[in-house]
Amino acid sequence: MTAWRTPERTDQSETTGRDHPFPTVTNAETLARRGGFFRDTLSVAERALRSVRRDPEVTVPALFIPVFMYIVTVGALNDIAEGIPGLNYRAFQIPVAVLFAVTGISRAMVVVTDIQTGYFDRLAISPVNRLALLLGLMIADFAMVVALSVPVVIMAFIAGVNFATGVPGILVFMFLSGLWGLIFAGFPFAISLKTGNPAAVNISFLLFFPLLFTTTLFMPQEAMTGWLSAAADYNPVTYLLAALRSLISDGWEPLTLAKGLGAILAVGVLSIGLALAALKGRATRR
Amino acid sequence: MNNGNYAIRTKDLARNFGNVRAVDGVDLAVPPGEIYGFLGPNGAGKTTVIRMLITLLAPTAGEIQVAGYDVLRQPEEVRLRIGAAQQEAALDNKQTGRELLGLQGKLYGLSRRLVDRRIGELSDLVDIGDAMDRLVGTYSGGMKRRLDLAAALIHKPVVLFLDEPTTGLDPISRARIWEEIRRINGETDVTIFLTTQYLEEADSLAHRVGIIDRGQLAAQGPPADLKRARGSDLIVVRLEGEAEEAMAALSDVPQVEHVEAHGQELTVSVSNGATLISAVALALDRHGVNVQELTLRTPTLDDVFLQVTGARLQEGQQTL
Repeated sequence: MTAWRTPERTDQSETTGRDHPFPTVTNAETLARRGGFFRDTLSVAERALRSVRRDPEVTVPALFIPVFMYIVTVGALNDIAEGIPGLNYRAFQIPVAVLFAVTGISRAMVVVTDIQTGYFDRLAISPVNRLALLLGLMIADFAMVVALSVPVVIMAFIAGVNFATGVPGILVFMFLSGLWGLIFAGFPFAISLKTGNPAAVNISFLLFFPLLFTTTLFMPQEAMTGWLSAAADYNPVTYLLAALRSLISDGWEPLTLAKGLGAILAVGVLSIGLALAALKGRATRR
Repeated sequence: MNNGNYAIRTKDLARNFGNVRAVDGVDLAVPPGEIYGFLGPNGAGKTTVIRMLITLLAPTAGEIQVAGYDVLRQPEEVRLRIGAAQQEAALDNKQTGRELLGLQGKLYGLSRRLVDRRIGELSDLVDIGDAMDRLVGTYSGGMKRRLDLAAALIHKPVVLFLDEPTTGLDPISRARIWEEIRRINGETDVTIFLTTQYLEEADSLAHRVGIIDRGQLAAQGPPADLKRARGSDLIVVRLEGEAEEAMAALSDVPQVEHVEAHGQELTVSVSNGATLISAVALALDRHGVNVQELTLRTPTLDDVFLQVTGARLQEGQQTL
């Protein structure tokens, strides 16, 4: 650009000269108030639960895969496995089916979509409690995975499997399964909050396979040999499966249940810790 | 920093992304009740400034106050008092319009009854009839923008940020949004900080505009004042050849106040265009300048934009 007789620029700090009479103090008053942690959490959870029934693509595989795996595994291995003294293989496989139903099921993809559409920013500029943004989703996940364990329990009855601990045992079985589903969901939540990338969320399945397949998935540990048996010792899912199986086959075994709960909590320290760190990173202005 | 009753106040606001200085020393002082238009081309720093004002992005340097609160130290207080509609309608396609507004109201601490009342009050704005109970994913672009604006207003913010609220909308939808912005500002005293690429939008709505270019505030003031400073009349000359000879020719016309050359276009500022246009034409002819087009008009914000940034903002009129 060439120019001559360049006029002076308008002063940046100028605020005079307007032809509109502004008040010196605004009369506008907001209706907004802090909702509080519990109300915020419930509001976020309510929205997440609404989205569950609108996302059948998430829940349908979680209903189909455990039934399919159960039928195939029992069909293929029942005769061999029942050669092991005292083993009821149909009962043995019910906890495996429930883990297939609840592991990796989460609203993490909703978080990714929210980040990509800008809706997460809309939530972030509201006065909502930051922790409620994650906890609300996880509460919805817990409700969903507990519900997903119901068909597995029904399948158990159809297969002629009874719970040695009765109805209270069934409730504890569903609670532990749901808690595991909730805790495992921390991984996909951490990835979704960290990356905002739908493809990256599927990385959580890299954890799913080693955790579920290097344990007593198909056989009791005493029937396993070599490195797989050693790996099962260090796999928290081994202790979770033992706790769930004890509720079906053995009755109330406090130590086994405590070990199962401890295994879940140990994984939870890692998964929820990662998810909270990712939430902090996402919600903090950088 | 002394707020001095400003709805928005920034001082030496800066933001780097790596080695790139996206915003560089922006000072803003927006009084309550004002509609402030923030103009700039893509990449000028508009959205970065707005994201810092609405607590989504931390500045690299500088101070910010919004609604009387320090954005860095009291972000929660700021969030209670602001509403924002960003460039793309930030909505959840899996909720209905009513559910989305309801959730938004709850997150701002409104009771269920108050949420219902506010949805009723905003229904004229949303104006989507039965679609309020349909999933947002089925809405048209215009419906989504109106719902997004309603979501930003559900709690009656004191300061409303609108980031290119009409980009991509058809003229009818755009006019409705403009009308609503004026009504909100007139009825509730809410301060509106509006970024836009549309000069006519800023000209029509804003009490004052700021022009941002390469991260710096290049000019600021009421549109009428900025246009007046540009000159009372403009003679625009489109040339077939180079501008040097035409510039020399126009230096012979004493009443010409200012001449700028942008490629093959000359913008000539004069106090009385109707009288001087013939003198300009004769001077160019005397110097053998080939003129393609000669037009007389009053200055627009685009002329102001061209003057301070060296480029036109309006599509299809870029001359550099």
